[in-house]
Amino acid sequence: MSSASAIYLVEGVLLVAIQEDISDTDILDLQEALSERVVDEAARAVVMDISALEIVDTFVGRILAQLASVSKLLDAQTYVVGMRPAVAMTLVELGMDLPESKTALSLTHALKDLRGESRG
Amino acid sequence: MTETATETVLTILQNDFEEIVDAWISTQSDEGVQRTDLFSHKEGREQTSALVRALVTGIEKGATGDRFDLASDAWSELRNVLVDVTQERSERGVTPSDMASFVLALKAPVFYRLKDRLAKYPANLVEEIWLFTRVVDAFAVYCTEVFIAERDRIIEQQRDQMQELSTPVVELWDKVLTLPLIGTMDSARAQEVMENLLETILQRQAEVVIVDLTGVQTVDTQVAQHMLRMAAAVRLMGAECIISGISPTIAQTMVQLGVDVGEVTTRSTIRNGLADALSRIGYEITKKKDH
Repeated sequence: MSSASAIYLVEGVLLVAIQEDISDTDILDLQEALSERVVDEAARAVVMDISALEIVDTFVGRILAQLASVSKLLDAQTYVVGMRPAVAMTLVELGMDLPESKTALSLTHALKDLRGESRG
Repeated sequence: MTETATETVLTILQNDFEEIVDAWISTQSDEGVQRTDLFSHKEGREQTSALVRALVTGIEKGATGDRFDLASDAWSELRNVLVDVTQERSERGVTPSDMASFVLALKAPVFYRLKDRLAKYPANLVEEIWLFTRVVDAFAVYCTEVFIAERDRIIEQQRDQMQELSTPVVELWDKVLTLPLIGTMDSARAQEVMENLLETILQRQAEVVIVDLTGVQTVDTQVAQHMLRMAAAVRLMGAECIISGISPTIAQTMVQLGVDVGEVTTRSTIRNGLADALSRIGYEITKKKDH
């Protein structure tokens, strides 16, 4: 697996920082690897940091949405964090507003939200 | 006849410097183009002297006759003075035609002196007049260009200001932004507002955004869709969007148009919106007991 999709486990949460130069095959590999890791680690959430992504196309948008749906089936909440304004506008224009994911400004915000939830 | 073309003009300008300046100024008042209401006599005199000095420099460098080109280096001093004077005067409301008349008024005093000196040499006289006319006319045209450029700059500046005015994003509280929309929304403006808002969310790391529609009279389908897209984009970035102040008319329009508001939070007034926003980021508004 390429460095474009390293996955870290922190506090039962899988963290993925998507790299700027991620290719279509990388992201497919990531989808597969991530779903396995969710089950293996019994992760309660997946946080995907996409702040490095400057552009998204329909393919990446769809994979992001699928990742969220898959994680949901595996009982993990997906967070998409750090989305850039231009990316947000593109996804909305394309009608892909990631209904299955939660969103946060940054990794810190997502983790804060997750801790809040676990306490509640 | 020892003096060659334009040298006579140069001599006249150098020898009769003060008289020319005086005559130029008085021609202006004779023609009613000296706007003493807009700038003082002293300023007018300083500007006029500076122009004549720069004119002398230009002619001294020998850049007249067939080689005359106002854009050349020899005339840079005059161009700079003209730009300064024109900008100064245009800011104070002098019109382009007043400014052109002002420049052209230089002809009369110089021509009269040329006539005195070259009365016996009609051919030289005509040539001197012709060359000097070319120079002065070029100044007048240049002034007009400066005027137009200045107007363009002002229009550009005002357009930018208007745009900023129409899309104000205000940081109401730590992590809370508000976007008070006023007037008529159209698609172009809605797009602009959205871009501006999303950028500000990123910069300020805002968690809640209140879009206030109190000042918006009507919306059409497109604008309503834009509002909802904006809310969706705000959510994608990880912030929350509250829409406040929707008027009864707009609410009816939106429902009649079948616009699906979905999960967007709406609050009746910006005041309720703020209370909601503050509670979401962990603040509580309480009233002091004594009051």
